[in-house]
Amino acid sequence: MGDKGTFWLPESASTVSGDVDSLFYLVTWISVVIFVLVVAAMVYFMMRYRRHHAGQVGAPAHESKWFEMSTVVVSTILVLIVFTWGFRVYLKLNIAPPGAYEIQVTASQWKWDYTYPDGTVYAGDLHVPADKPVRLVMNSIDVLHSFFVPQFRVKQDVLPNRYSSVWFEATRADTFDVYCTEYCGNQHSGMLGQVIAHPQEEFEEWLASAGGGGLSPEEYGERLFGQNNCNTCHSIDGTRLVGPTMQGLFGSQRQLVSGESVEADENYLLSSIVAPAAQVVEGYPPAMPPSYGSLPQDQLDALVAYIKSVQ
Amino acid sequence: MSVATATPQATSGKTTYLNHDKSIRSWLLTLDHKRIGLLYLSTIVVVFLAAGILALLVRIELLAPGRTIVDAQTYNQFFSLHGILMVFLVIVPSVPAILGNFIMPLHIGAIDVAFPRLNLASYYIFMVGGVLVVIAMVVGQIDTGWTFYTPYSSRLGAPVIFMTLAVFIAGFSSILTGMNFIVTIHKMRAPGLTWNRLPLFVWSIYATSIVQVLATPVIGITMLLLLLEKTLGIGIFDPAMGGDPILFQHFFWFYSHPAVYIMILPAFGIISELMGVFSRQEVMGYKFVALSSVAIAFLGFLVWGHHMFVSGQSTVSSVVFSLITYLIGIPTGVKVINWVGTMYKGSVSLKTPMLYALSFLFLFTIGGLTGVMLGVLGVDVHLHDTYFVVAHFHYVMMGGTIVALIGGLYYWWPKITGKLYNETLGRIGCLLVFVGFNTTFFTQFVLGSQGMPRRYYDYAEKYADLHALSTYGSWILAVGLFVALYTFIQSLMRGAPAPANPWGGASLEWTHTTSPPSPHNFEEQPIVTHGPYDYHHFYAGDGQSVEAELASRSEA
Ligand code: HEC
Ligand SMILES: [Cu+2]
Ligand SMILES: [Cu+2]
Repeated sequence: MGDKGTFWLPESASTVSGDVDSLFYLVTWISVVIFVLVVAAMVYFMMRYRRHHAGQVGAPAHESKWFEMSTVVVSTILVLIVFTWGFRVYLKLNIAPPGAYEIQVTASQWKWDYTYPDGTVYAGDLHVPADKPVRLVMNSIDVLHSFFVPQFRVKQDVLPNRYSSVWFEATRADTFDVYCTEYCGNQHSGMLGQVIAHPQEEFEEWLASAGGGGLSPEEYGERLFGQNNCNTCHSIDGTRLVGPTMQGLFGSQRQLVSGESVEADENYLLSSIVAPAAQVVEGYPPAMPPSYGSLPQDQLDALVAYIKSVQ
Repeated sequence: MSVATATPQATSGKTTYLNHDKSIRSWLLTLDHKRIGLLYLSTIVVVFLAAGILALLVRIELLAPGRTIVDAQTYNQFFSLHGILMVFLVIVPSVPAILGNFIMPLHIGAIDVAFPRLNLASYYIFMVGGVLVVIAMVVGQIDTGWTFYTPYSSRLGAPVIFMTLAVFIAGFSSILTGMNFIVTIHKMRAPGLTWNRLPLFVWSIYATSIVQVLATPVIGITMLLLLLEKTLGIGIFDPAMGGDPILFQHFFWFYSHPAVYIMILPAFGIISELMGVFSRQEVMGYKFVALSSVAIAFLGFLVWGHHMFVSGQSTVSSVVFSLITYLIGIPTGVKVINWVGTMYKGSVSLKTPMLYALSFLFLFTIGGLTGVMLGVLGVDVHLHDTYFVVAHFHYVMMGGTIVALIGGLYYWWPKITGKLYNETLGRIGCLLVFVGFNTTFFTQFVLGSQGMPRRYYDYAEKYADLHALSTYGSWILAVGLFVALYTFIQSLMRGAPAPANPWGGASLEWTHTTSPPSPHNFEEQPIVTHGPYDYHHFYAGDGQSVEAELASRSEA
């Protein structure tokens, strides 16, 4: 990683982040100057005109209309400069260059899914080509979320009832953070991911293997278990998190809140993932999101195969 | 000249609003604006303590990454309740309901507000709202944040219904108080008290009341729609039923941005008073300060969209909202200059209230400038919904409104209670609050611009140091606030009796009535012959006696 960022801003790694940063520093410095002037005047007056005996009254001070007028005029000019600049950067942030590589993003509680032009669905991390504009067309299947990559200086809310979009062009092949910045419930702060920018050929190779080709179902399932954030609620070593551990689950007897007891076979595992509310395990809140029902069948198969293997 | 001869009367043995009837009933059913102000004060202090403790718990949880004391669900409830209590039950009502009630009628030389019964009713409506909040808390699981964004909030059950109902009902109290004050200020000013002689505190309460009356119905309607959606299943905001979540955001901010001015304008009023009295100087640009409050009150209705730059609203609307936001920034900035300029050639006394006023100028300037940064479209995209925003609004709401409120309480304390407080303790408290506040919240600007999102239970290791620092700051801040509380309690128990005009103020509450005032405020109808900051005039008449009086007051 080249540049490590500054005191104020994280490293800058997209074609627009430089513009945002210059603007940020311009406004910061104007603010610092104004602030220092105000505080200096305050401290100076405070000492210079300190009251010395109880009955002392201020001397008549005549207001200067010019002074007030000039502060208004100067601040208006400053404000218009900053506004215009801010507006231009905003347009740049909003209008994707033609021919950008398009990826569909589906946000749900609490994960990101990415669908590539060739139909590959990949959860968790966003792989993109570096040095190429990428446009994300985003949609949520439940509540509001927001897609934020600090190193790119881009952010966009993701809505359930309409598409929103955001674009960026990574200036180098590296790994960057993805945060959800619109509060979306319990695991909001766990709705993280990474943008992994690859050089073009590497990206193509990655895309070719992304569908789990070449992996055994268990290996693919293990990867999906991490990508879909199952591991934020389920451990594989017996620890109790939000949900029950997966260790030794397959084949055991499950006590449900409905009172019945069932054996955890393949069908039970599958239905627990696609329709978690139907069979809730005793002693746990019905906190598992229903959104996994939309996973493709091959991914569900792989997950079940993986859970079976966790003993 | 009538004013100067109004030498303060001795207080001992006199009937005051505090001692004329001491029964509980006389307090709970009082129609006296002063007592109602104190009812609000005690209620709001309790809520403030509760919300403050929640804030401390939130900060302790964030002391280190991962789980520190509670799980994610509990943490989410903590910050939501902290926000809801602070915004709807503390900051929005605080200054108008406490000091507006107590001081405004005294300021204008009236015997009470125009509708005393309505005033009492407002208090009880406020209490009903408060009780509903408590019920919602007990029923459980409010984790929507104070913004109640749909569709997340539409998916939760009963507690959200209670909470929205509470906000809806507390809103009525706000509307009624606003109406009451507008009528009072129009109709009940003492003879000679022209609009140009109105203390700036009254001007700001007037502007606030206008916003309260015009904006609060919108949050009422919004909460009602939310209720209808939840109870009858009509799709308004929830896309699952064909509604539109952005519509909720428009409604919500159409109220909540003006509400920002409900929260800050009264604080401006307090600061104008403090800067005038403790500089013994005419407040610079009186007309400008007065009228800009009213202008800000109206412009405040046109900028709600600046909360939604990345929400998916159209680019054109974002641009327009950004521009108008700046237009409000300018008069606000000029006000700060006027306050600082008031000290010019003044006679500056650094008593506790003035220290709070100066802290306000320092903190509010930071809050205001960072507000302008957030209004810059290209920059806001990066900063939106990060800790930068959290820091910004704490600088404005806490560093602005709450600091001004505490300053105002110190300033009017001798009038309200008839007791002096311990000046040294007061100053120590202020210093701790100032240091603690900056440590807590300045770090959050850096966290935010570094990309730390708000409302996060857990966070990356790289943010750990700043988060820890912010938590330590919150402890200093808490100690400062407790020192302030202790100062007040100590003064109540053991404070020396206060003279009628301990600061040498020139407005009616100081010159024309005792500390504490009699049940009917003034012995006789005051007649106003000069402006509220006309210290020269005031001292010219009978400077001697005031000086003697000032010297004789026990050094506190
Ligand atoms: C937000 C937390 C959360 C996430 C994320 C989550 N689950 Fe769950 N899950 C739970 C809870 C809580 C239960 C127990 C209640 C129930 O049965 O619905 C559960 C139950 C289950 C069960 C039945 C367990 C048993 O002991 O019978 C399986 C299987 C399961 N989850 C698989 C998954 C898989 C696979 C994923 C990822 C694709 C996942 N879960 C993601 C919370 C979660
Ligand atoms: Cu989120
Ligand atoms: Cu706003």
